[in-house]
Amino acid sequence: MADINIIEEQLHGHDHHDDGHDHHDDHHGDKYQSSLVDSYLFSMDHKNIAKQFLITGMFWAVIGSAMSILFRLQLGFPDADLSWLQPLLGGWIEINEQGQGVLAQDFYYALVTMHGTIIVFFVLTAGLSGTFSNLLIPLQIGARDMASPLMNMLSYWFFFLAGVVLFISLFLNTGPFSGGWTAYPPLSELPQASDGSKAGATMWLLSLVFFVVSVLLGGINYITTVLNMRTKGMSLFRMPLTIWAFLVTAILGLLSFPVIASGFFMVLFDRSLGTSFFLNEIFVAGEALTDRVGGSSLLYQHLFWFLGHPEVYIIILPAMGIVSEVLSVHSRKPIFGYKAMVFSILAIGVLSFLVWAHHMYMSGVNPFISNIFVLFTLIIAVPSAVKVFNWIATIWGGNLRFNSASLFSIGFVSMFISGGLTGIFLGNSVVDIQQHDTYFVVAHFHVVMGVAAFFGMFAGVYHWFPRMFGRFMNETLGKIHFWGTMISAYLVFGPMHYLGMAGVPRRYYSFEYFENFSQFDAMNAFITIAAILGFLFQVVFIVNFFYSIYRGRKQTDMNPWGATTLEWTAPINAGHGNWPGEIPEVHRWPYDLSRYEDEEFVMQTVPLKEGEVDGGH
Amino acid sequence: MNNVMASRKVRKIHPKKFALWAGLVSIVMMFTALTSAYIVRRAGGAWYEFDLPDMFIWSTIAIILSSTALHISYKSYVGEQHKKFKRLLFLGCFLGLAFIVFQYLGWQDLLAQDITINRNPSSSFLYLITGLHVLHVVGGIGALGIVVIYARRKKHQVVTESRKLRLELVFTYWHFVDILWIYLFIFFLVQQ
Repeated sequence: MADINIIEEQLHGHDHHDDGHDHHDDHHGDKYQSSLVDSYLFSMDHKNIAKQFLITGMFWAVIGSAMSILFRLQLGFPDADLSWLQPLLGGWIEINEQGQGVLAQDFYYALVTMHGTIIVFFVLTAGLSGTFSNLLIPLQIGARDMASPLMNMLSYWFFFLAGVVLFISLFLNTGPFSGGWTAYPPLSELPQASDGSKAGATMWLLSLVFFVVSVLLGGINYITTVLNMRTKGMSLFRMPLTIWAFLVTAILGLLSFPVIASGFFMVLFDRSLGTSFFLNEIFVAGEALTDRVGGSSLLYQHLFWFLGHPEVYIIILPAMGIVSEVLSVHSRKPIFGYKAMVFSILAIGVLSFLVWAHHMYMSGVNPFISNIFVLFTLIIAVPSAVKVFNWIATIWGGNLRFNSASLFSIGFVSMFISGGLTGIFLGNSVVDIQQHDTYFVVAHFHVVMGVAAFFGMFAGVYHWFPRMFGRFMNETLGKIHFWGTMISAYLVFGPMHYLGMAGVPRRYYSFEYFENFSQFDAMNAFITIAAILGFLFQVVFIVNFFYSIYRGRKQTDMNPWGATTLEWTAPINAGHGNWPGEIPEVHRWPYDLSRYEDEEFVMQTVPLKEGEVDGGH
Repeated sequence: MNNVMASRKVRKIHPKKFALWAGLVSIVMMFTALTSAYIVRRAGGAWYEFDLPDMFIWSTIAIILSSTALHISYKSYVGEQHKKFKRLLFLGCFLGLAFIVFQYLGWQDLLAQDITINRNPSSSFLYLITGLHVLHVVGGIGALGIVVIYARRKKHQVVTESRKLRLELVFTYWHFVDILWIYLFIFFLVQQ
């Protein structure tokens, strides 16, 4: 109950309506955060929760990408002796007749499944939108904290719980879930189908249910905060594009995650209560499951992709928002076409709910229905192209600062174009007949939502690191990180397009027995080397990140990048409540950069001059 | 300009109330997904038809009465009629519990006719949807329980904005699960 009172008081601190009892003066930070546990562990300060999301996300990113290196080793060097990994992976490394240690086949599938689940949900959803929505929403709209700091804290801890459950499942005797990150039935439902479908699948589902709770608690908070707690003068069209992106992201999450939650409940019922929502006419090892009939596995796919497709926009929209902001600030130019950017975010948000079946062209949906989904899928190219055009137009003629943040933003645009173009191929149901389930698909989505979203995240971390820790990250290491990542990412995924065009199927453990595909062994080895290289460059980032928290160059200027937005009006290392005095008032749009001869930039808090027209309108 | 801001302030919904509505949207999405899946699966054939248990009529009556009682109870609290507020609050809670009991009896009726959860997707869906709904009702009962604890305190008789807000939040949720059940009940009736 005490917690509720705290929020009550904080809320009243914002609203300044009193109901008779004294509440604390939030000008002096948060008096509740007296102990170490309160300020760092169960913190309700959105800035600390953002750091918790970021560092937890980084932890998972390391695990998730290390897993990809393991299965890349199998694909690139199937003849290599991996017995040196036995101390770490134990029974998952099998010693064959030649005395050579190889990755167990079941474990290969578990690795692929876990890699997808971890990167999509834990890193690029929680780690990206959790970090930056938390950090930037209150700071950029001028609020002391989220609408409900308690719910915000719970959002993190549900994410943490989801992580703990999934982490434990890695150590199960039968192994973690191995039916793919989409968890299609019947593989995800029948324990007799594979070892990974035993306890591992149950724990995977449990973990994901916790994760949905986390996303909903966070999303409700983000939407409420953006729509209700903006400071005076912060009209919707004066919000930075980051906030627009986070708002639409949260709305997408709120509408799509409950749908997959119901799908997961149905899978859990099928697993444990003998229902047959998704099971019909199944034979396992020659034995018919006569009591499990009447369900439809296609139904699950509809439920899954109704979340799954908005989910890719949940991943990419925050990155787009961050990139818009970073590019504008470091080009010293207003964002090109602010309103077009806002409307394209909204258009992408709406369209993302109308394209889910393009993941199911080959699943047996009616081809005539596919046509409609082709149409909507290709229409998404329009707002996406608007955004790409505007980013390039923003850089055009700008006074560019080539630092790590802006380089990663430009890298994002590059990746988004490359990956977006291949999306036009795959969006056509006819072309998809040839290309579905090949490495072309793998290359497409890794470039457009994997690498691109990571680049957006890196841009955000380099740009807002001073806002988080009051210090800067090392620029030299940052640039090494950028060029290394950029080059190795293209070296990994470029050749995969070629493999896919040649028809090499994804998800195969080995191509040994396929004459057609084993001719690409050298190319697979090349990809693996590039992937290992790319992984090593991330070590540079992690070292830089943690070193800079303690030893980085100290921030002395409150607004080091010469940005116009409100987060730079709060003091360095601001306490809970963000601004020691009054919350700043907003008088103009967030992109008054290089607009006047005499002033290089004008902050949002500066009142409009006589006769001046606000830029956003 | 100042006038504009002032009038905006009045119209502004309380953040917590807004957050509750956003949460309700997510629950709506979940049940929309389930009922759409129901329609899609039913159209696929091999669908075992059965009558809804009569108990569901009683549970519907109970939850409607419960919502009505709580609505009047809120009005009484605002009107500072504390006795009436408490009496109706207890009645509303009691009727809410009765709803859960009636749902349980309804399931027992179905089981007596050998309509088990794994008999056919039609029964699986019924148990899943009504079960998830009852879980949401249990959550509501929990929240009402906290209201009851507070209502018994003397201090609570003083009507303040924040107490009114808290009541309103709990009761809004309760009316929501009530309306949700009416939707589900009509949905099942129409689908039969």
